Amino acid sequence: MKISRLFKTIFMTDFVGGLFMALKEFFKPKKTINYPFEKGKISPRFRGEHALRRYPNGEERCIACKLCEAVCPAQAITIESAQREDGSRKTTRYDIDMMKCIYCGLCEESCPVDAIVQGPNFEFSTETREELYYTKDKLLDNGDRWENILDANIKADNIHR
Amino acid sequence: MEYLSIVFQEVYKILFLLVPVLVSVAMIVWLDRRVWAFVQKRQGPNVVGPFGLLQSLADALKYIFKEMIIPSSSNKVIFILAPIVTMTLALIAWAVIPFSASQVLADINVGILYLFAVSSLGVYGIIMGGWASNSKYPFLGAIRSAAQMVSYEVSIGVIIINVLLCVGSLNLNDIVLAQQSMWFVIPLFPMFVIFFISALAETNRPPFDLPEAEAELVAGYQTEYSGMMYAMFWLGEYANILLMCAMGAILFLGGWLSPLEIYPFTLVPEAIWLILKILLLFFLFALVKAIVPRYRYDQLMRLGWKVFLPFSLIWVVLTASYLFYFNLLPVN
Repeated sequence: MKISRLFKTIFMTDFVGGLFMALKEFFKPKKTINYPFEKGKISPRFRGEHALRRYPNGEERCIACKLCEAVCPAQAITIESAQREDGSRKTTRYDIDMMKCIYCGLCEESCPVDAIVQGPNFEFSTETREELYYTKDKLLDNGDRWENILDANIKADNIHR
Repeated sequence: MEYLSIVFQEVYKILFLLVPVLVSVAMIVWLDRRVWAFVQKRQGPNVVGPFGLLQSLADALKYIFKEMIIPSSSNKVIFILAPIVTMTLALIAWAVIPFSASQVLADINVGILYLFAVSSLGVYGIIMGGWASNSKYPFLGAIRSAAQMVSYEVSIGVIIINVLLCVGSLNLNDIVLAQQSMWFVIPLFPMFVIFFISALAETNRPPFDLPEAEAELVAGYQTEYSGMMYAMFWLGEYANILLMCAMGAILFLGGWLSPLEIYPFTLVPEAIWLILKILLLFFLFALVKAIVPRYRYDQLMRLGWKVFLPFSLIWVVLTASYLFYFNLLPVN
């Protein structure tokens, strides 16, 4: 054993150095946040809870092209459509099984009219599975609720598309 | 009637000691977690009460309302007895800890021996718990723990001999008073370091937490415990840690003596000094937990038997010859 190694072992220099390092770190600002009370910043691209958006005049954007249904790798989306009296094609059913969903963002990516989007909300846990079968009403409601942020996010992300 | 009043008097005294100890055990768990978190730049428990101070009470409440599961293949009597033994042993040792010259529950002449004996008995709770669980991980954890605690007790015993050579008495108050001119941490500094490390091993703290090494033994001897019985193990463990800190403070840091016998320091009650010293040592315990990785088992045994024991034995000879040569041996 080398002399320097012996010195290190006997006087525990590494250990004492570690103690002082720990003391130094002790007084440094903390990296974690008080989660439920303060939340971290999330990017405009964040892929959270889904929402179906509307046009400013209140008409729903979705044209029932079923691209999202086709692209969905988890096959979580189910769409049924019909022609409305005014001749436009709209969905009669738009379900997302949030437990199947893998939050890949392909539905959002494929949508030609920015109807289905994934918002910034990630706190939508429920107590039963049934509540996680999202229907069209629920998704439209989400869209109405988050519209301001969704709109801002799409605009902020637009330059990168 | 007279007997009854004496009994009540004693019970009051015991409660007056026991309740603060139990409360401080709860607080110390919080402090431990908080220091650990701070070193890792986390926040630690800070939600329940101011600064999270009531976290341990919330945890205790949770444990009380949880179901106690007793494995069907366990030896039920011993299984239930084990946490009780651990906690009782951790608490009865406090009887001899002097908080000032007069504030001591039992001022017995062999105080340090009593302390040493009771802290050695602590291994029984763990062995009983591990064996009675009748399951492999608790059993392995208990065996490890027993071997570890027995090995490190030997060196702690020899370290105590070092101190006793300088004091000439086994009474804890005498040990404290002998440090009036100089705390033993200065002349016996190497012994203090070894005592500290042995205390870590004795209380199964990291880096010597092999009995409950979660990566290999799930939770060691506590694996099968749940609810209040688990909480009692947990309380006993921390009461033991606190006791080891108190022992270190009394043996090496001058117990309830104030650091300087000058005006502003002498105003502070003596008990406060002891508590501050215990806290200082505990802070070190908590810091160490945050910075060290766990020892391998053979390394642990090597350290105990091949390093600490010979070293402290040599130091006994050195201390004794020094005291004898300069005619400093305490004579009673």
